[in-house]
Amino acid sequence: MITVEHVTKRYGEYTAVDDVSFVARSGRVTGFLGPNGAGKSTTMRIMVGLTPPTTGEVQVDGRHYRDLANPGRQIGVLLDASAQHAGRTGREILTIGTETMGLPRTKVDQLLERVSLSADESRRRLRDYSLGMRQRLGIAHALLGDPSILILDEPANGLDPAGIHWMRGLLRDYAAGGGTVLLSSHLLHEVERIADDLVLIGRGRIVAQGTKEELLQPRGSFVRAERHRDLALALETAGICTSVSGQGLRSDAAPRQVGAVAAAHGIPLDELRPAEGAGLEDLFLQLTADTQREGVAA
Amino acid sequence: MTTTARTSPTTTSPATTSPATTSPATPVPVPARRGSRRTTGSPVDVPIPMSRLVRVELRKMADTRSGLWLLLGLAAITLVIVVVYFVTATQPERTFLHFMGATLGPQGFLLPVLGILLVTSEWSQRTGLVSFTLVPLRGRVLTAKVLAGLLAGVGAIVVSVAFAALATVVGGAPDGFAHFGLVELGKFGILQLTGILQGLAFGLLFLSSAPAIVSYFVFPTALNIVGSLWKPLQDVQPWIDLWAAQAPLFTADNLTDQQWAQIGTSNLIWVVLPFVLGLVRVLRAEVK
Repeated sequence: MITVEHVTKRYGEYTAVDDVSFVARSGRVTGFLGPNGAGKSTTMRIMVGLTPPTTGEVQVDGRHYRDLANPGRQIGVLLDASAQHAGRTGREILTIGTETMGLPRTKVDQLLERVSLSADESRRRLRDYSLGMRQRLGIAHALLGDPSILILDEPANGLDPAGIHWMRGLLRDYAAGGGTVLLSSHLLHEVERIADDLVLIGRGRIVAQGTKEELLQPRGSFVRAERHRDLALALETAGICTSVSGQGLRSDAAPRQVGAVAAAHGIPLDELRPAEGAGLEDLFLQLTADTQREGVAA
Repeated sequence: MTTTARTSPTTTSPATTSPATTSPATPVPVPARRGSRRTTGSPVDVPIPMSRLVRVELRKMADTRSGLWLLLGLAAITLVIVVVYFVTATQPERTFLHFMGATLGPQGFLLPVLGILLVTSEWSQRTGLVSFTLVPLRGRVLTAKVLAGLLAGVGAIVVSVAFAALATVVGGAPDGFAHFGLVELGKFGILQLTGILQGLAFGLLFLSSAPAIVSYFVFPTALNIVGSLWKPLQDVQPWIDLWAAQAPLFTADNLTDQQWAQIGTSNLIWVVLPFVLGLVRVLRAEVK
């Protein structure tokens, strides 16, 4: 279990991580989701002691990371698959890992097999690896010490669809065996498929968190009517906030409520349906739009 | 877009840390500490011994082409300089002391570079991300690097001794091994090991290979040149100029107390000071 408590990281005026708190539970895959530059990587670096937080603290299984005697045996970490010496072979990189953690060399071949890197590929140097191969090697490195916790920053980056499928299975099995998995991503759909719990971060702040079911639950409704101005006004007087979404209006209220208002005002509807879990996607798009200049029109 | 969507999906407050509150519908077996007991090898809670970290650092010195070539180059240049001296010197000059002395220069050139790269590669290749994650107490990693660097320095001296002894035996002066004792070995040792330590210190200070290597060569040279041109500096120069202060170590002469003191002060400035500054920097820095 990873417990992040009120972690804040400031660089001068700029606040990269702003009072972030969440828990990644054992037996669950927790997706840490947010656009690029939202503070995911900084938070993960803080977890493993590479970046000192300005305030707040992180505990892994109830202890501070730096107090762990041999952290690789308890927590597998992959922050950047390319952060390895370009001149070392894949095999050598894993061997250094086993040496440092005090593991038998046989682990190297075991893990190479587990991530489907062939003996031939393992003898190539990292500079000749594709990003997908680097990710596989990085995951192998994280798994070397049989840790009970995995912290992976954008592990699906560069993996082909088959690779992503493979990784999904691997992480599921891992969590099913009682392990804790925290993985970050900037792609909602990627995380949606793997994660049990979701933590959404934007501009350094947590904007939503909970189980996937809770967050993706249908909430609100989508309604379309020719007289949409009248409808918007009617809904507003009834205390229901709306926003324009495509050809219609979206609101937080249930379809039945919206229908009742429309009926009371005699406004004919062209379409009325529950907004299918779009809340999260909307929220995510909004986060992304904030940080991407060419982003979606707000 | 919507302002309503921003807050609505928040369901778990960060304060609810009890795992029970959001337990999933799917039953999860009691965490079985995935394999941690199955694995042979050292148990989870045993700290990593320093000897292992030093071994890892020595391994990292030689497991890349550039690293391997640096080590082989160090050995090769030692051999070459011994051969060159052997060919150019007259037989009475071919003493063990002279052979050893000849190897000091070229080795003294490469050993600091070895020290610099030992530190800076963690940043330039970004391996520090992994190294400092596996060993979060950064001081331990740096201690291992210092010890590994010193071992490499000792190794270089051993190579010098081997080649110099061979040359002396093969065709040296009749009393080829005279004038060389533990004192000389100690002086040569000081030269090479402070060279490595200075390299490590500059590596720590700059955390980048090129500026560290350039500074290592440029600053002392500049001081040397300025000192030779600017009179007022000449009085203090022996105390602050590492190269000038350590020059007597190359000879078989007995050093005076003052000379030893000058070696001390100049090392304080060029080795200890940058090392401490660099250490503080690394212990505080963010590793990205």
